[in-house]
Amino acid sequence: MVAMRSIPEPEALAVSVSGRDRTALAMSLNLLDDKRPEARRCAAQFLATLPSEKLDTAGHLIGITGPPGAGKSSLTSALIDVWRQRDLSVGVLAVDPSSPISGGALLGDRLRMQAGGADGNVFIRSLACRGEFGGLSAEVWPMSLAMLAAFDIVLIETVGVGQKEIDVSKMSDTTCFVAQPASGDSIQFLKAGIMEVPHLLVVNKADIGAAASKTLSELRSTLKRQTDADGWRVPALSVSAMQGTGIEELADTLENHRLWLVERGLLTARRKRFQAEWIVKRLREEFGRFGIEKLGGENRLFEMLAQRGGAPFDQYDSLRERFLANWKNS
Amino acid sequence: MGTKTVKRDRPWLMRTYSGHSSAKASNELYRTNLSKGQTGLSVAFDLPTQTGYDADHPLARGEVGKVGVPICNIRDMETLFDQIPLGQMNTSMTINATAAWLLSLYVAVAERQGFAQADLQGTTQNDILKEYLSRGTYIFPPGPSVRLITDIISYTVKHIPKWNPTNICSYHLQEAGATPVQELAYALSTATTILDAVKNSGQISPDAFEDVVGRISFFVNAGIRFIEEVCKMRAFAALWEQITQERYNVRNPEMRRFRYGVQVNSLGLTESQPENNVQRIVLEMLAVTLSKNARARALQLPAWNEALGLPRPWDQQWALRMQQVLAFETDLLDYGDIFDGSAVIAAKVQSLIEGALAEMERVREHGGMVQAIETGYVKRQLVASHTERLRAIERGDLKIVGLNCYRETEKSPLVGEGDSGIMKVDPRAEREQIERLNAFRAQRNQADVNAALANLMDVAKSGENIMPASIRCAHAGVTTGEWSQVLRDVFGEYRPPTGIDISLHDESPTGAVQAVRERVRITGEELGRPLRILVGKPGLDGHSNGAEQIAVKARDVGFEIVYEGIRLTPQQIAKAALEEGVHLIGLSVLSGSHMELVEDIFVELGKVGLSETPVIVGGIIPVEDEKALKAKGIAAVYTPKDIDMNRIMSDLVDIIRQSNGLGPFKQAA
Repeated sequence: MVAMRSIPEPEALAVSVSGRDRTALAMSLNLLDDKRPEARRCAAQFLATLPSEKLDTAGHLIGITGPPGAGKSSLTSALIDVWRQRDLSVGVLAVDPSSPISGGALLGDRLRMQAGGADGNVFIRSLACRGEFGGLSAEVWPMSLAMLAAFDIVLIETVGVGQKEIDVSKMSDTTCFVAQPASGDSIQFLKAGIMEVPHLLVVNKADIGAAASKTLSELRSTLKRQTDADGWRVPALSVSAMQGTGIEELADTLENHRLWLVERGLLTARRKRFQAEWIVKRLREEFGRFGIEKLGGENRLFEMLAQRGGAPFDQYDSLRERFLANWKNS
Repeated sequence: MGTKTVKRDRPWLMRTYSGHSSAKASNELYRTNLSKGQTGLSVAFDLPTQTGYDADHPLARGEVGKVGVPICNIRDMETLFDQIPLGQMNTSMTINATAAWLLSLYVAVAERQGFAQADLQGTTQNDILKEYLSRGTYIFPPGPSVRLITDIISYTVKHIPKWNPTNICSYHLQEAGATPVQELAYALSTATTILDAVKNSGQISPDAFEDVVGRISFFVNAGIRFIEEVCKMRAFAALWEQITQERYNVRNPEMRRFRYGVQVNSLGLTESQPENNVQRIVLEMLAVTLSKNARARALQLPAWNEALGLPRPWDQQWALRMQQVLAFETDLLDYGDIFDGSAVIAAKVQSLIEGALAEMERVREHGGMVQAIETGYVKRQLVASHTERLRAIERGDLKIVGLNCYRETEKSPLVGEGDSGIMKVDPRAEREQIERLNAFRAQRNQADVNAALANLMDVAKSGENIMPASIRCAHAGVTTGEWSQVLRDVFGEYRPPTGIDISLHDESPTGAVQAVRERVRITGEELGRPLRILVGKPGLDGHSNGAEQIAVKARDVGFEIVYEGIRLTPQQIAKAALEEGVHLIGLSVLSGSHMELVEDIFVELGKVGLSETPVIVGGIIPVEDEKALKAKGIAAVYTPKDIDMNRIMSDLVDIIRQSNGLGPFKQAA
C-alpha cells in the first residue's frame, strides 16, 4: 500500500476511488485538501480522470443545512440507516465552523453519526469551514466529486442561517433545510426572501409535540404554492430523528426530487453549473465584488465558463491570472 | 475550656470504594475490610457491568474486572456477598444506567439468603442525569433514564423502605470542573427534576410523597479549599430545607434532612510526590465532618496513590485508618456545631446560596435540567469552568504543591524501584469471567430466561414499574448483557452533547500560546493542509474530561480536531482515522485497559493502511506501562503530571513533523 504521506499517482487513484476503495478515497480527499503546487497539479489530473458519466448523471448529491441545534447530524444519522437498509452506499461531508482566532476547529459531527459503526459502505469526512462562516470551504465541491464517483448518495451537511444556505444549494442536486422547532427565524427569512427556497423543508424533533407541529404548519402556510426556479413544488415534512419517524418518507421525498430532475433532463445541467458556481465563489472570496466586476461581471463569467469548458482548477487559475494581470496593468 | 454540652455524636458510616478482578476476589477483600472495622460496603462495578455488557461482548475486551467487580448474573452476585448477611449489611452500589438490574440481583441474592426485601439497607447511586455530564456510563436517552430512576424510587419506597434509591451526585460535577455554585445548582436541579418525575408518574400516593422526599440522598465531593467546602455543605442543607418545604410542602422535619455521603476529591490528587495526597485527603475529610449540622452520613476516601493506578489493600487500609483516627481519637464528635454564629461562615454560605439560586434559575430558563443537558448548556458551563481551572494551574495562579510549585523532591520510599506502588489486576481475570459466564449460561433453564426477558420487554414498553420484572429476570438467570439489550431495543441509545463547542478563547494568549499557534500553522503549510487530529476514547471508560480539555486546547492553538467521543471500538477508531485523514490519533484511557486497547488499535490501523499514523495516549498510565506502550509504537504518553498544555501541543506538532519526514523546529516553543 502507498504511504499516505506521499502524493499518489492520480490516474490509478481515480480508478481505485471509482471502485470504492476506501483507502484510495481517503487519500484523494487529502489530496484535494493539499495546497502544495505539486499536489494541486495532481489533484487536477485526478479530477479530470474521474469517470464523467458518474459525475454528470449518477448518484445523488444532497445538501442538508439549517441553524445550529436543529438536529442535522442526528437526522443525517437516521437517514444513513434508511439508505443502508435500501442497500445504498453513503458518503458524508460534514462542515463545522472554524475558530476565527486560531484557525482551529472542533469537528464533532461524527459523534452523532455513529450509526455507520464499522460499516464499510458509509464514509464520513468532517471539514472545517475555514473562515467561511456558515458557508462552504473551497475544498467541499471537489471532494463531493470524489465521493460521487464512489457512493450512491453524497450528503453535504452544513450549518446555515439566512443567506449562507445559498452556498450549499448551489453545489447540490437537492437542498434540504432543517428548521428549528419553535423558532420563527427560518420562516422570517423565507418570507423576507433572505433565504433561498430549498427543495425540501424539514421540521425535526416531532417528538417534542406542539412546538414542532406549529412550526410545520407555519412553514406550510408560508410555502403555499411555492415552487423553485425550475417549477418544483417545495414540500415540508415533519420527522423525528430521535424516534426514527418520518425518515423513510424523507428519504422518499429526496429521491422524488432527484427523479423529477432526471425526468426533465435537469440533473446534468445542474451538475455542470456547480463548477462555474465554485469558480465564481472562489474568485469572489479572493477578490471581492470588485474582482468579479473587473472580470466582466457575474453573468458574463457564467456564460464564458459554460461556453469554454475545461477543468475546474485550470479555469480558476486562468481567471485568477487574468484578474491579476489586469489589475497590475490598470 | 469547652464543656461537653451535647451527647457524643455517632460516627458516620465508613466505607472503602472497592471491587476488582472477580466476585470471589472482591468478596475476600470485603470480608477483610469489614474485619478491620469498616462499617459498610461500597461496591465498585467494572465498566461492562456499568454499561450493560456481558464479559464476552467485544466492547468489554480489556475492561473486565479492571475498575471494579464484574457481575454478569445472580451467581456472581451470590459469590460477591458470600458469608455477608445482606439483612445486616449497609451496601452502597455505584451503579447508574443498570441500577435497576443490579438492585434486582441484590434483592434476589438477599431472598436466597433468607431475608425479606424490607430488611435491606443501602444505596444505589442511580443518578443517570449526571452521567451525561461526567463519568459517561449512560446508555439510554434522558426520558427513559428518568423513568428508570423513578421506577426504582417508587419501588423501594414501597418495598425496601430503608433503601436510598438514588444518590444525586454533585461529586462528578466537581471532577468535571464545576465550581461550588455549579455543584449546588445542578445537583439540586437534578433532585427536583427527579422528584417532579416521581410525583407525575402517579406511582406514589400524595400522602406517601413525604417518604419519597425523605429517601433522596446526595453524593458530594469535597475539594481542598476546605473552608469553602464547609460552607458549600451548609448551603446544600439550607437550600434543601427550603426546596423540600416550599416546593414539596414536606411537614416532617426528619424528611427534610439533607442526607449525604462523600468521596473526597480525586481531581486535585497528584501523580508527582503522591505522598502529599495524604494531607490533601485529610483536609478534605474535615470539610465534610467539621460542621455537625451538615456532617456527612457516609464517607469514603480515595487512596493516596489513586493518580498512579489501582490502589492495593494496604493503601485502602490507610484511607480507612484516617477516618478512624478522626472519629475515635479526636474530640470532633464531642461538640455541637462549631460554626454556628460565625459571621464569616454565614456570609460565605449566603453568597453560595445566592449564586446557586441564580444558576438554578438559568437552568429553568433553559427548560429544566433535562433540556439543559440535551441542549448542551450545562455541559458547556462545566467544560468552561474546567478550562479556566487548567489555565489557572498553567499560569501558576492556582498552586498545586509538587506540581506547579515546590517540585524538588527526595526519592520517595513509597514508590520504590521494582515496586510501582499500585495493584495489578490479574490478566487471567477476564478469561476466567468469560468461562464462568459460559458455564452459567449452559446450565440455566432457557425457557425461564426467555419468558422473563419477554415479560421485561412488555413492561418496558407498557410503562409499568421495571423492578418486579427485573427481579424475576435475576432469579431466572438472565445476564447483565441480556437485561440491558432488551432495554436498548425498547429505549434506544443516546449520545449527549460534548460541551466542547464553547468559544473560550484565551483573552490574553501568552507568548507560549502564540508560539505554538505559529508552529501549528507553519507545519500545516509545509504539509499542504491544516493539521488534523482525531481524539477519542476507546473501551468503555466514560471519563471524558481530559479528552475534552485536550480537544478544546488543540482547537485554540489551531488544530482541526475530530472529536469522536467515548465508547469506541478499535475498529471505529481506525475507520475514523482513515476517513478523516488525520495526522495524529490521540487516545484517552483511564480504566487501566490501555495495553489491550492499544494492541487492538494498532492491528486495525494496519488493516486500513495507517500503520504510519502516530498515536499518543493520555490517562492514568503507570510508569512501567508507559515504557511498554512506547515499545509497542506509541509516540507519547501523557499522565496527570503533565500539566503544561502548551508543551503537549508543541510535542504533537513535533511528532507530526517527524512522522512526515520534516525536520524539527530550530528552537523550542
